[in-house]
Amino acid sequence: MGEQLVETRELSKTYGNVRAVDRVSLTVWRGEVYGFLGPNGAGKTTTLRMLAGLVTPTGGVATVHGDRPGSPRALARTGVLIEAPRFYPYLSGRDNLRVVARYAGVGDRRVEEALETVDLAGRGDDRYAGYSLGMKQRLGVAAALLKDPELLILDEPTNGLDPAGMRDMRALLRDLGGRGHTVLLSSHLLGEVQQLCDRVGVISGGRLLAESTVDDLLGQTGLLVRAEPAEKAREVLEHLAGAGNVAVADGSFRLRTGPEQAGRVSRALADADVTLTELRPLERSLEEVFLEMTETERMGR
Amino acid sequence: MTASFNAELLKLRKRPATWILLGVVLGLTQLFGYWLPYSSWLTSDQNFQTQGLNPQAVLAGTLPGELVPTSLGGFPVFAGALALILGALAAGSEYGWGTLQTALTQRPTRLAVYGGKLLALAASTLAIVAAVFAVNAAVAGAIATVESRALDYPSVADLARGIGSGWLILGMWAGLGALLGFAFRGVALPIGLGVVWVLGVENLVSAVAGSLLTSLQPLRDVLPGVNAGSLVWALAPGGGSTGEAPPGVTDAVAGGRATVGLALYVIAFAAAGATLVRRRDVA
Repeated sequence: MGEQLVETRELSKTYGNVRAVDRVSLTVWRGEVYGFLGPNGAGKTTTLRMLAGLVTPTGGVATVHGDRPGSPRALARTGVLIEAPRFYPYLSGRDNLRVVARYAGVGDRRVEEALETVDLAGRGDDRYAGYSLGMKQRLGVAAALLKDPELLILDEPTNGLDPAGMRDMRALLRDLGGRGHTVLLSSHLLGEVQQLCDRVGVISGGRLLAESTVDDLLGQTGLLVRAEPAEKAREVLEHLAGAGNVAVADGSFRLRTGPEQAGRVSRALADADVTLTELRPLERSLEEVFLEMTETERMGR
Repeated sequence: MTASFNAELLKLRKRPATWILLGVVLGLTQLFGYWLPYSSWLTSDQNFQTQGLNPQAVLAGTLPGELVPTSLGGFPVFAGALALILGALAAGSEYGWGTLQTALTQRPTRLAVYGGKLLALAASTLAIVAAVFAVNAAVAGAIATVESRALDYPSVADLARGIGSGWLILGMWAGLGALLGFAFRGVALPIGLGVVWVLGVENLVSAVAGSLLTSLQPLRDVLPGVNAGSLVWALAPGGGSTGEAPPGVTDAVAGGRATVGLALYVIAFAAAGATLVRRRDVA
């Protein structure tokens, strides 16, 4: 699959008696947009903090760009925005980026480019304390982009953004992914993750419940069929798929079968002189899958 | 560390609190070192006979020849407290605003970020000392001119010794402020505790050790403020030509020992802060 930019093996963090992150093993490959999902308190931010070198693991190992998280070599190629953006309130947005640029060892020219990228160039001289939540968030992304990093670790980057800002942020992240940047993104907005990410990891209670492509995670759960007359249609479908694999809901039938069976279903209904009015794959949303997984995990605890 | 130093300098230079503290140091130094003594000199007929002070000695304290002791007179107390506030602000604010996370996720190591901050504080305290000496030199020269006295400034060596001593004193207090800022991960508690220590505890211990409980003198002699006051005393024994040592200036410790003591405090504060920054999680 290419080069691993982030890898954790059995990564754990314990605070007193609380195991915030419990043996998490995940991999982020070069060039992918990886969604890191989990409910509040699941351990997402703690995991990302460990990957940024801000928090020391109590167990397991992690590498970023093949180096120890927080090492200068790893940080030089990684842009980080964790939780809320953190800047100096008495400085302007531009001066804040200049401070970050000095730490990062990049020139002020990159400051202007980053401000342009997040559409803050016109407000760059305003004091950060006067910025709206959305502007602060955009400045945080600008700071993460200053080094033109190969890897971006972004924790809830759309927090505080209005719908237009969220759309712009999605476009920016898609653009970054398209230009070969690797993005590790945590978000509560599952629709956003579904649109943006190549692969996702689902964490709950500190444990990684699943890691796969979005398509694999969603799976293909069956077919939805509407047909008339309903009784006749039911007989045909039960004969075709087995009685236990046909459910009726809202005047439609749900077949537990693969989408490749759609042709057979259509032909069987037509042969039985049943009028087919709707036939489509049943897709679960990422939100449904996520809630199902995390609820199951929560009930199991 | 150069990258961190540049970033820290930019932050300190653009921070209003830095300039306010500089203004307060300059203002208080002027007030107690020049304006009040010179006002007293100008109205000596009404003032000095009743206080038993020699008006000529008071005027001498405002002239160029006394530039070093007059400039350093307030360092053990108010300038030290203000330097401690500067250090606490520079370190503690990073936690209050959460900006330590921003600094630590760029490129430098934790120790490089920390070292850059200490260097920037050192540069800032040196600038404050230099500004105090420059303004005081100008005011002393003006008074000498008005009073038709000689513009008899200290030698370059004496000035360098004075500036170096002032830098060591303010650097030590700023280092303590930074250590407290890192230890308590904030601003309010470090400033509160630090100022109580500088202005209260040190003076109380000195007073008790000097009169009621002389067995406390060994403890008194290792206090940072006492060593700062002793270093100033060493530069102008007895308070210089005025014969009145300012508050906090004391002969408790010899000058050489005070210098070594202050340097050890600087190293100890820096090392303790480095341990905290390197080991602790940043949430």
